[in-house]
Amino acid sequence: MPEKKILTDKIEKIDPGRIGSYGGFKALKKALGMSPEDVIAEIKASGLRGRGGAGFPCGAKWEMAQKAKGDKILICNADEGEVGTFKDRHLLTHNPFLLLEGMAIAAYAIEARKAYIYLRAEYRYLLEGLLNALQQAEEKGYLKDLDITIQEGAGAYICGEESALMNSIEGKRGESRLRPPFPTQAGLFKKPTIINNVETLSNIPIIINKGAKWYSKLGTAESKGTKIFCVSGDVENPGVYEMEMGCPLQELLDLAGAENVKWVQVGGSTGAVIPFGMLQKPLGYETVMGSGAVMVFDQTRDVVDFVYRTLEFLNEESCGKCTPCREGTEVMVEILGRLVNGEGVEEDIDNLRQLSDTMVRAALCGLGQAAPIPVLDTLAYFRKDYEDRISQSILLRSLKTING
Amino acid sequence: MEKLLNMIKAEQTQNGYVSEDAMNHIAQDLELPLGHVYGVTTFYSFLSTEPLGRHVIRICKSVPCFLQNGETVAASLQENLGIAPGETTADRRFTFLLTNCIGACDQAPAMLVDDELHGNLTPSKIKKILQSYD
Repeated sequence: MPEKKILTDKIEKIDPGRIGSYGGFKALKKALGMSPEDVIAEIKASGLRGRGGAGFPCGAKWEMAQKAKGDKILICNADEGEVGTFKDRHLLTHNPFLLLEGMAIAAYAIEARKAYIYLRAEYRYLLEGLLNALQQAEEKGYLKDLDITIQEGAGAYICGEESALMNSIEGKRGESRLRPPFPTQAGLFKKPTIINNVETLSNIPIIINKGAKWYSKLGTAESKGTKIFCVSGDVENPGVYEMEMGCPLQELLDLAGAENVKWVQVGGSTGAVIPFGMLQKPLGYETVMGSGAVMVFDQTRDVVDFVYRTLEFLNEESCGKCTPCREGTEVMVEILGRLVNGEGVEEDIDNLRQLSDTMVRAALCGLGQAAPIPVLDTLAYFRKDYEDRISQSILLRSLKTING
Repeated sequence: MEKLLNMIKAEQTQNGYVSEDAMNHIAQDLELPLGHVYGVTTFYSFLSTEPLGRHVIRICKSVPCFLQNGETVAASLQENLGIAPGETTADRRFTFLLTNCIGACDQAPAMLVDDELHGNLTPSKIKKILQSYD
């Protein structure tokens, strides 16, 4: 299956420094001729779901905000911190106008006059280009009723989580909030807010231009349209690949040139682990998706070492507000660190399982709830790798005892 | 309150770090407890309560960069700079930090020097990159 480019197709022709090369905000013009309700109905009919990782239906989110009372706020989440993810960087670098047009349409639909783009600090080199694109869109009169502020982050993975992101714009520590209330009821500064990922918003002009009917023919029953995947790790050609939803993982791996694959992690640090025997699995919300990160590991890689590094990352980036995540990731790193260093004990696997169970049930937000996924998946598919580490540890200890 | 993070960031940009004095001033300006200002400052990895070097190197240690020999490049940086991660050179030219994913996994291993991205790093490229920063 070749790539299906509907978001990234014109990228070679567009000069990100010149709005003239984009060809006008035609979808915005079309949307302004419709009622906000009709725009939302079109997005709902398209089946578009959030591209940041959670996959929430976009039109339903907009509808909730549109029906809420008070001043509405639109936020574009450009805090792309998920490990192995760089699709938003690609879109922001090469076609910022597509995002701005999507934002203008979204703001019209939910009747927002204030919008933010929350850009991660690690992408500061994109700020100038974005500001330039924004200024040109304003000069063209495309953003007449909308004030867009670019708010820079300050270095925190958790700020990609929507409630932490809002706290950060409010000037606070980027800690997750307890929900309800949901952002569409009481979000930024307690106002009804929608937060959409860069890629989600970049889909909007395409849906409005070509129609929900056309768009919803692409993909599968639950996953419409295309997805930009970010392939990294043990492959010949790492990079972004825009594929129709539902494409088998193996076909994406073939495009990127992956050989002797042992496993693939799809969706970032908390994404599902797919072992080499299951690479025909289709990519979609029904199966595996997340942020679109596809990290490839060949036969030379060590499973326990990978899980240790992944949990170390999540532990460092846990905001620390809730105990299951703050302490759970800490203890997991301790256990996995012992396994990696040949100091494992029999109970380690059971303890990892029990901790995972508590975190999935009790953590406050997606980080802690999903942090055990790489642990549980690798325990399911590569349990022997853990058992080998433990038996090696036991052997090492007994040798030490014998040798005094 | 909503100004707090932007004020701290401005201090970081202007002075290269956020001193206790600066935190005190911000706390007084916004009528917030000092601990609150400290809490926000220390939450974010691009804000520092200690003086940093003229240039800040952030080399990625996350999985995709690790898979492309990121550790070898980090070791080469350490050797060239003569300092360990978290430290600043004696001439205050560089601060050397390990960081989590910077979204350049297609160019792994990668690092940021200040706001500039350097990708597809090898130990042999390191010296030349360092020389381009005064």
